[in-house]
Amino acid sequence: MQRSVVNSYELRNDFPILKKKINGKELVYLDNASTTQKPYSVINSITDFYSNYNSNIHRAVYQLAEEATTLYEQSREKIANFISVRPEEIVFTRNTTESINLIAHSWARTNLKKDDGIAISELEHHSNIVPWQILSQEIGTRLEYVGIDENGFLDLEHLIELISSKKVKLVSLSHMSNVLGTIVPIERIIKIAHENDIPVMVDGAQSVPHMPVNVKNMDCDFLVFSAHKMLGPTGVGVLYAKKEFLEKMRPFMGGGDMIKEVFKFHTNYNEVPYKFEAGTPNIADVVGFGAAIDYLKKIGMENIRKHEIDLTEYALDSILSINHLTVYGPRDPNYRGGVISFNIADIHPHDLATIMNDHGIAIRSGHHCAQVLMQRLDVPATSRASFYIYNTKEEIDKFVNAIKEAGRIFKI
Amino acid sequence: MSDDIYREIILDHYRNPRNKGKLENADVTVHDSNPLCGDEIDIHLKVDGGVIRDVKFEGKGCAISQASASMLTELVMGKDLDVIKDLKKEDILENIGLTNLGPARIKCALLSLKVLKVGMVKYYSENDPKSAEQIKNESSLY
Ligand SMILES: Cc1ncc(COP(=O)(O)O)c(C=O)c1O
Repeated sequence: MQRSVVNSYELRNDFPILKKKINGKELVYLDNASTTQKPYSVINSITDFYSNYNSNIHRAVYQLAEEATTLYEQSREKIANFISVRPEEIVFTRNTTESINLIAHSWARTNLKKDDGIAISELEHHSNIVPWQILSQEIGTRLEYVGIDENGFLDLEHLIELISSKKVKLVSLSHMSNVLGTIVPIERIIKIAHENDIPVMVDGAQSVPHMPVNVKNMDCDFLVFSAHKMLGPTGVGVLYAKKEFLEKMRPFMGGGDMIKEVFKFHTNYNEVPYKFEAGTPNIADVVGFGAAIDYLKKIGMENIRKHEIDLTEYALDSILSINHLTVYGPRDPNYRGGVISFNIADIHPHDLATIMNDHGIAIRSGHHCAQVLMQRLDVPATSRASFYIYNTKEEIDKFVNAIKEAGRIFKI
Repeated sequence: MSDDIYREIILDHYRNPRNKGKLENADVTVHDSNPLCGDEIDIHLKVDGGVIRDVKFEGKGCAISQASASMLTELVMGKDLDVIKDLKKEDILENIGLTNLGPARIKCALLSLKVLKVGMVKYYSENDPKSAEQIKNESSLY
């Protein structure tokens, strides 16, 4: 077997949870598109923060507070550096969902008007659908769906038509589908949108953790992602927006930290990004996210992408040989992430997941917060396996054997 | 483990559900779904003289939820409403022979009972509000 660029066997030792036994079997964690496991370095950095630096930030002049503020701001710099932007363009939120809601509230609500279109696709996660539906109900914007073909690729012609006819005033797209794994040709789309003066928001919840994402090259106007999907803690999300956008945007929430001066009846807001970080933030977890970024950089995002292409190719080859099994999404691993959605015969995904659990295997079953896509695929649910740096080919063999076992139990 | 869950009888009810379909002139029709799984069940009841004269269900979802619904229709067909009023979770789990399901899958097994109880409440609330209240209060499924 060819040695992979990422030594997942060695890496696994950094993740305490991977030693856990489920039903007497080693945990095989294949639900990474949902959330990822955390290495010791991340867990320890959070403990270290609470043990040695805990205090509120941006407010006091004593040493502890200065140290905490420095650590928090260092994380911001690490993240800015990771996606090649300036630190003041990084706003910390709770998760991807909150970041998209912030854009809808603070940018779209004042920059879009009745009958303006917002282009999204049939691939979107609910978090890139529902905020725009709410906005449409409130100010009369319209959602324009870009369809997908039978392989899960976007109907680019339709999207380009929507853009060049100026029917839409915002393009908001998932960079990588959390169900089909489809990687969207986002740079090309952004270039065309910008030629027509239309801003683009990129949902990077699945792409930023799994492949190199360079905002300087991509030139998107907004990029959102979640720490917990890239080895970091839950409770931290990122909103990147170009500084000229952030400066013109209305605040999201009002309160402490986001202000410069408060008078009885009006307030002067703080500069960006602080204008969008009202109240005490999730300091310890932001610091933990910085440790996750360090860990990912050490491995290298190119290597992570190669490792996942390798695993995905191996997994697709194995499961496509199983009778009565349907895989959704692109076949070529170069055009998709390490997310495989499938169904086998009449076994419902929840029944399959129950059988997998006997073998210690954690896969996801259901609609994956993408019911519009389920309707497009005309299935009520799918099973989904999704990979990360610590997954191995041996684990994929176990997964494939468990699918065959399910076939035996269901007598197909 | 899974071999004990997906026994012959569960697979049989899943693949050949009994009393599946619509009921013309039903006295009560109720629908519910499980947001976690997307399992869906509709139950149609024909009631006369305090007895369930006919019952049918429609639905889609996992083997556990659909087999459980099919077996529930067999259990209540021709029974007195008073008997059905007292049906407990445990009765259902015993009826389908699945007494050690985890918390997530128990919801699948009990979805049809939940729908049936909502149907009973709906039926009683017109002519016997006290019984309707009683089912609501006693049923931990609400
Ligand atoms: C593509 C995509 N967008 C958005 C989200 C929402 O992320 P979060 O739940 O962290 O807000 C997810 C994760 O489930 C996702 O996969």
